[in-house]
Amino acid sequence: MKTLDRHSPPSGAQAAVPGTPPRTRGRGPRQDRAVTWLFLLPALVYIALFFGYPIVKNVLMGSQDYTTATFFTGSSPWVGWANYRTFFTGPLAGTTFLNTAVFTVGSIVGQFSIGLAVALFFRRRFPLSGLMRSLLLLPWLLPLIAGTAVWRWILDQDSGVLNSVLMHLHLVHSSVPWLSSPSFALYSVIIVNVWIGIPFNVALFYSGLQGIPAEQYEAAAIDGAVGWKAFRHITWPALRPVVTVVLVLGVIYTLKVVDIILGLTGGGPANSTQTLATTAYQDSFVQFSFGQGAAVSNVLMVVSLLFACLYLRVNRRASDE
Amino acid sequence: MGLTKRRQAAFTVIGLCLLAVMLFPVYWMLNASLQSGSSGAGSTLLPLHPTLAAYRLALSQQGGNILTSLVISCGTVVLSLVIAAPAAYVLAKTAIRGRSVILFALVVTQMIPGIVIANSLYPVFNQVGLLDTRVGLVLADTSTALPFAILIMRAFMASLPGEIIEAARVDGAGFVRTFVSIVLPISRNAVITAALFSFLFSWSDFLFALTLTTGSSLRPVTLGIYDYLGDNVQAWGPVMATGVLSALPAIVLLAFAQRFIAVGQLDGAVK
Repeated sequence: MKTLDRHSPPSGAQAAVPGTPPRTRGRGPRQDRAVTWLFLLPALVYIALFFGYPIVKNVLMGSQDYTTATFFTGSSPWVGWANYRTFFTGPLAGTTFLNTAVFTVGSIVGQFSIGLAVALFFRRRFPLSGLMRSLLLLPWLLPLIAGTAVWRWILDQDSGVLNSVLMHLHLVHSSVPWLSSPSFALYSVIIVNVWIGIPFNVALFYSGLQGIPAEQYEAAAIDGAVGWKAFRHITWPALRPVVTVVLVLGVIYTLKVVDIILGLTGGGPANSTQTLATTAYQDSFVQFSFGQGAAVSNVLMVVSLLFACLYLRVNRRASDE
Repeated sequence: MGLTKRRQAAFTVIGLCLLAVMLFPVYWMLNASLQSGSSGAGSTLLPLHPTLAAYRLALSQQGGNILTSLVISCGTVVLSLVIAAPAAYVLAKTAIRGRSVILFALVVTQMIPGIVIANSLYPVFNQVGLLDTRVGLVLADTSTALPFAILIMRAFMASLPGEIIEAARVDGAGFVRTFVSIVLPISRNAVITAALFSFLFSWSDFLFALTLTTGSSLRPVTLGIYDYLGDNVQAWGPVMATGVLSALPAIVLLAFAQRFIAVGQLDGAVK
């Protein structure tokens, strides 16, 4: 790092102009500690206001009958577990949980395996590999909703390019209702989420692979471990910490996806793509039943935090080593 | 890893195929945005007769929204940096009580689903008049950017050699002065990285834009795109043109900031 060159002292060092009164000398550790807290205070206040308060408020709202009427009357009666009961005993709870699970598992399996394969592929040096690797990040730079918009069109039953290509190749005989049929929609949504997640997975896996010394492979090759054997005995064990991070971050991220689903299907058709996150959104901001929405989003938060705990445990262990 | 010439060529070809599949949607967006913009079905594989008509339409319909997004994103960058930089320094270089608790909380906040925050901010914003305001969206978007910014700058500042700071202190610079004229300039790369990501988070924010606005008075561009998708889309040209326009700031910023960003720094933000 050039900026740390010791031969050119940092510009601030000139602050100690001789003859300057010992203005700063009076600053003892106590004064320093006060300034320290002043430095930290805005961040703490912000976190308290925009995380602490909302979380507590959301937990409370989950037990209240909180609707638009509340904004006018100011009354939001306590209803105990009623919102949760409404959700869990409602006709859609099973579908929502199943969709959330399928969406999450499907997305992770797709992103993970394709991401790892692509990263392994790009580990080799060949002409244009570096350029291609950077270009691969492009989808990640699009705002999610813009990526969703183009997929909405690609997957359109009548005017979509996917169907027209498939029909030209005679792979299908009639256009597939990718987004408008309950039996396809969830898979289509998963495909788009996989597409969006691949660059992130490739980036993490690639940097993980860079950390494995080439000598390990050379030594293993002498023992006859190449190809699949080398992957099993060297690559996979060395990648394991990265694998855990990628998996858990992937789950936490996928659980809260709303852009893709709202943009592609709006949760339909016939609720076939409704997840915990979109249900929470619909309850609060379409039905204006904020208490109900709070209950569902609290369920989502608990699920996310369970995975977060897993992540933090694993991560702590990884950094202890 | 050594490959023969022929295998190298094979790898390049496979790589290009892979890239073609992955980037097809991006290409399709660009391609469609350059075509007449009439009906979706009429688009050809190549923009043989490119026209900027779709961009003209997109700019006239979404120009204001793009401006709104710019203002909100810049606001988020400024607010995030002003709050995050001093906090990152303290968390990196002082043995303050409860530091590990604060760091733990920062990691956890990144895992709270945005819908939880949106759901509880709505009534509050409604009460204090922050719905449909730029300030409201800046405040909400900062909640995504701030923990990330603190963690990423802290990771960098923690790696600064302590002697630099001690030297400054010995020379009589106070705590604030050390921070402003030594730590910040040295941490330039980390600050730029944090700024870039704050911008990107806020620029692509959809959830807060969707939930914390009620009417049509304030529309960031992500919401503009969503509105296009709402009614059955007749002309994809302007939608795709808006998509391309919405990707430009990210691409320009990244191209500009690339030399400052060490991807390795990102590790610090997730650990």
